[in-house]
Amino acid sequence: MSIAVKNVTKRFGSFLALDNVSLDVPNGELLALLGPSGSGKTTLLRIISGLEAPDTGTVLYHEEDVTEAAVRERNVGFVFQHYALFRHMTVFDNIAFGLRVRKRPRAQIRARVSELLRLVQLEGLERSLPSQLSGGQRQRVALARALAAEPKVLLLDEPFGALDAKVRQELRSWLRRLHDEIHVTSVFVTHDQEEAFEVSDRVVIMNKGRIEQVGSPEEIFEHPANPFVMDFLGNVNVFHGSVQGGRARLGNLEVAYPDYPYDETRAATAFIRSHELEILRAKNGRPSLEAKVMHINPARPVVKVRLYSETFGVVLNVDVPWDRYTELRLQVGDTVHVAPRQVRLFVQEYAI
Amino acid sequence: MAEHAVASAAYLRAHEDPPIVRRLLIGAAVAIMVFLVVIPLVAVFVGAFSAGVTTYWDNLVHDPDTLHSIKLTLMVAPVAVILNLIFGIAGAWAIARFRFPGRAFLTALIDMPFTVSPVVVGLFLLLLFGLQGIFGPWLRAHDVKIVFAYPGLVLATIFVTFPVIARELIPLMEALGSEEEVAAVSLGARGWQLFRLVTIPNIKWGLLYGVILCNARAMGEFGAVYVVSGHIAGQTDTMPLRVEKLFQEYNMPGAFALASVLALLALVTLLVKTTLEWKTRRELAENERMLATGGEA
Repeated sequence: MSIAVKNVTKRFGSFLALDNVSLDVPNGELLALLGPSGSGKTTLLRIISGLEAPDTGTVLYHEEDVTEAAVRERNVGFVFQHYALFRHMTVFDNIAFGLRVRKRPRAQIRARVSELLRLVQLEGLERSLPSQLSGGQRQRVALARALAAEPKVLLLDEPFGALDAKVRQELRSWLRRLHDEIHVTSVFVTHDQEEAFEVSDRVVIMNKGRIEQVGSPEEIFEHPANPFVMDFLGNVNVFHGSVQGGRARLGNLEVAYPDYPYDETRAATAFIRSHELEILRAKNGRPSLEAKVMHINPARPVVKVRLYSETFGVVLNVDVPWDRYTELRLQVGDTVHVAPRQVRLFVQEYAI
Repeated sequence: MAEHAVASAAYLRAHEDPPIVRRLLIGAAVAIMVFLVVIPLVAVFVGAFSAGVTTYWDNLVHDPDTLHSIKLTLMVAPVAVILNLIFGIAGAWAIARFRFPGRAFLTALIDMPFTVSPVVVGLFLLLLFGLQGIFGPWLRAHDVKIVFAYPGLVLATIFVTFPVIARELIPLMEALGSEEEVAAVSLGARGWQLFRLVTIPNIKWGLLYGVILCNARAMGEFGAVYVVSGHIAGQTDTMPLRVEKLFQEYNMPGAFALASVLALLALVTLLVKTTLEWKTRRELAENERMLATGGEA
């Protein structure tokens, strides 16, 4: 079942949660809504589900307008951030709930619940209460419960937000495998870009109630649409400077920027990812900055080095491959040269 | 070292009173309880049985007016409790689940019967439904008796005990939150299914606790009922009213016998209430534990 959101706006009092948002989710896709808190991603999810109604705009399920339809009529599976399991019901009863309220025959319910228990790998726990389960198990019960009535659309609100890092990692790859198996159109909300990029087919980046960019993880990573996306993706060093005549000047660092050959000087913001900076013991002719090593996190396989550039007055984060790190014999306090391999520049538009 | 010792002594002093103060306070509390609660309670039973067990039994069963008062109370209290159960759930649901203008006012209003003297409540009802009251002429024209009759007793009891169930449910429902109910809706439950399958099981102990407490208050209600009953022996005298009348008639064994029934009722209520309180607290603790361990694998 494909989903289409058309020109949806939603306000909560004076707060503009969604500002004329449109989005298409093709049938069978696993889509991530990624953004900082307050960006409107959960509101968009709840509007898709019918738990929330838009002020203006429409929601279509396979070209059928469901904007006015109640949640019950939409047949969606919703997985809540804090699971929202029925605490007084066993795992079996939790999963069976959606089937029981639809008055399905007993035998069919039993068969479907067993099938789902197998799918979420919780066989043998059907008589347990939610309070007896671990966080990861609860989340899988919530997922099985949402899938029980064979929803046309699966919606997940920060599904792994409340879990610790290791379980999260496991559940992530498990969700991806599960989706490959059942192929139900799925939308999930997350503020964790690693999660979004690892699990989904496409990522929607949201900010202040608007969609900043939609694309595959690769597209977004390689071609960030704007400074917000670049900054949000993180692991990035931000420089403020100017462009003029095919050159960009960032303090005393000067790099070629052929995209802007004009004479007029304009302010520009440069983004350099941590792995796109290189540490050199001596200048080698390429543009570089002098900086002092402040902190070294000798993680493997990539060592994270924090430096301070006095001339520029900025802190730089540089990822150094382990081999290179041992070769450099870096020590805190060393003065080195930092050279960018790649710079992404966003030239400021003139405000009219 | 010395500094550390001084600091820890100060710490102790700030958090723990000296033994003499502790003993005095505990002693005072126990003395007040014994004097105000235990001695009167024992006195009621002693008074009831002072003329022997047979007289006690005769006083209860062979006085038709006393027997009628017991029956009347057993007819008034359950009706008041059932109606308050419905109002209580509706009120608690509205306050705990919705945000609407006037919500704070409604919350305060629910508490009003606790802050108003029951006698005033009785007078309200007279003013509304009495012969000279606002609806009096209409009621008389249609031959409906409210004041000095069974409906008046129920109305007065409902009004006075109204807050008990709602007040019990509001904090419980607020603590539980609406997450499970939203989940039930997303799974296709209709309003009634959601209420029966999700809400009721979650609040059942609190609800039962409210019912028990409401029942105790309903059976013991005196002031408001006194005003609207007209105390017609064998017709509109409830147990508390009958106790007072027997006492006024210098029938001490009779008054004490009936009072002992009320006191016994109170003791049973106390026992059930304590058990239920323990159960609701455990349920809430479970809820918190679930939220707290949500992040663990």
